[in-house]
Amino acid sequence: MKSRYDVIVVGAGPGGSITAKTCAEAGLDVLLIEKRQEIGDPVRCAEGLGKEGLMRHIQPDSRWIAAEVKGSKILAPDGTEIKMSEEASSGKAGYNLDRKVFDRALAQKAAMAGSEVMVKTRATGLLRKNGRISGINAMYMGETHEIRADIVIGADGVESKVGRWGGIDTCLKPSDINTCTQFLVSNIDAGEYNKFFMGEKYAPGGYLWLFPKGEHTANVGLGIIGSKCGNVRPITLLHKFIETYLPQGKIIEMVVGGVPVSGPIERTVADNLILVGDAARQSDPLTGGGIINAMDAGKIAGEVCIRAKEEGDYSVKTLKEYEDRWRATIGKELSKSLMVKNLLIKITDEQLNQLAHSLSGIDTSKMALPKVLPILFKKNPKLLWELRSLFM
Amino acid sequence: MSVNVNRYKCGYCGACVGVCPAGALELVETWIEVNDTCTSCGICAKICPVGALAVIK
Ligand SMILES: Cc1cc2nc3c(=O)[nH]c(=O)nc-3n(C[C@H](O)[C@H](O)[C@H](O)COP(=O)(O)OP(=O)(O)OC[C@H]3O[C@@H](n4cnc5c(N)ncnc54)[C@H](O)[C@@H]3O)c2cc1C
Ligand code: SF4
Ligand code: SF4
Repeated sequence: MKSRYDVIVVGAGPGGSITAKTCAEAGLDVLLIEKRQEIGDPVRCAEGLGKEGLMRHIQPDSRWIAAEVKGSKILAPDGTEIKMSEEASSGKAGYNLDRKVFDRALAQKAAMAGSEVMVKTRATGLLRKNGRISGINAMYMGETHEIRADIVIGADGVESKVGRWGGIDTCLKPSDINTCTQFLVSNIDAGEYNKFFMGEKYAPGGYLWLFPKGEHTANVGLGIIGSKCGNVRPITLLHKFIETYLPQGKIIEMVVGGVPVSGPIERTVADNLILVGDAARQSDPLTGGGIINAMDAGKIAGEVCIRAKEEGDYSVKTLKEYEDRWRATIGKELSKSLMVKNLLIKITDEQLNQLAHSLSGIDTSKMALPKVLPILFKKNPKLLWELRSLFM
Repeated sequence: MSVNVNRYKCGYCGACVGVCPAGALELVETWIEVNDTCTSCGICAKICPVGALAVIK
């Protein structure tokens, strides 16, 4: 470890690793730190993503692809099934990964590009010089260090502190988080589709998923909206589901976690600071998908750091480009998803069934969610009226 | 005022850290630390996926 760098990236998830890689490839001096001793472990993810988004950043590799899926099946509370195609459900279908291997592969890319990587190293605060952020306090193996840099990237996930330290309020309200439990279930027929079980009966204000991870195993999990959590907990509901629908299933791994579902937050940059991925609350409020968004944002953040270095200016004036670019792309999608999520939270199981029935006779199997939504709206204008601005 | 973390239940996911308005929580690898800024508001206990947190009033 040196005492100063151009860029310090806090957190070696997909967002942090892509930021570090992008900067290092352009010759910037980069330090990527990760507080865990093993990158990617424990997993906090259902591991599904779209092929197209993935391939913007890395070529698919059998070492970290657990399964390829044909598409998605959405199941209404009464069991009515809606099949969607390859890019269905906002690109969630495609591959189901092994994130432990995937996250490490991305960190390796960052390392090979020239970044220094430190694991078991936790950022504990920000350094300041003349009021400006000038690096981080870090703890490695119980020892504290001061490490300086022109810019700090907070890619520190749902539990992000970097933003708060830098004066950006990233605190999530209970209605801004989906709280989840997932089991890796073996001894079942996992099928060839990612399945989404909708409705209060499975997951209040969220959904239950079954993502195949190979012939006889699947990630089976659920997320509920934080505001409806407390009296019921994800873990209890999940046990109930498995006992009822997968009684032969054997649980061989457990995952817990929270996904930000707030939609775009007000600010993701400050002087000498950028937030990326879950730390910037860039995960999709409807699907909970955040891997691709974190990588896309990481790429933009890296490119903006390169420009800041060229211009010798790391103030908001230069970093605003990051803010503008992610809002024009990722941000737009987040806002749309947020509208749908806010409506779904209010809809009853009966109404969900009605929506599913309204698609009977329509072949959605070659369509993705953005194509199916307008059809649903046409057939159920009253129920979906508050989404009208998306279609009219 | 504080919260009690059941370390035998906690899955060290960090969700509670993300919702704490006081910034009182910290996920250090595999455990949660609580500092003295906790106001016992109970939000973390509400959203914990496994119910590992309990408010001490
Ligand atoms: C149950 C569940 C299911 C999900 N399913 C999907 C899915 O199927 N598809 C999908 O696309 N997304 C899914 N997501 C969301 C996805 O996991 C995240 O959006 C994604 O991991 C975000 O990447 P990131 O790089 O921003 O953050 P993370 O991957 O969370 O990485 C942040 C890293 O920062 C480290 N860190 C934190 N604080 C510090 C510190 N102070 N110092 C050093 N390091 C620190 C953490 O240890 C962590 O490794 C799911 C999430 C959950 C909880
Ligand atoms: S939300 Fe619960 S399981 Fe997750 S880290 Fe906090 S106490 Fe542990
Ligand atoms: S009770 Fe409130 S203030 Fe205390 S740790 Fe939990 S969320 Fe933070």
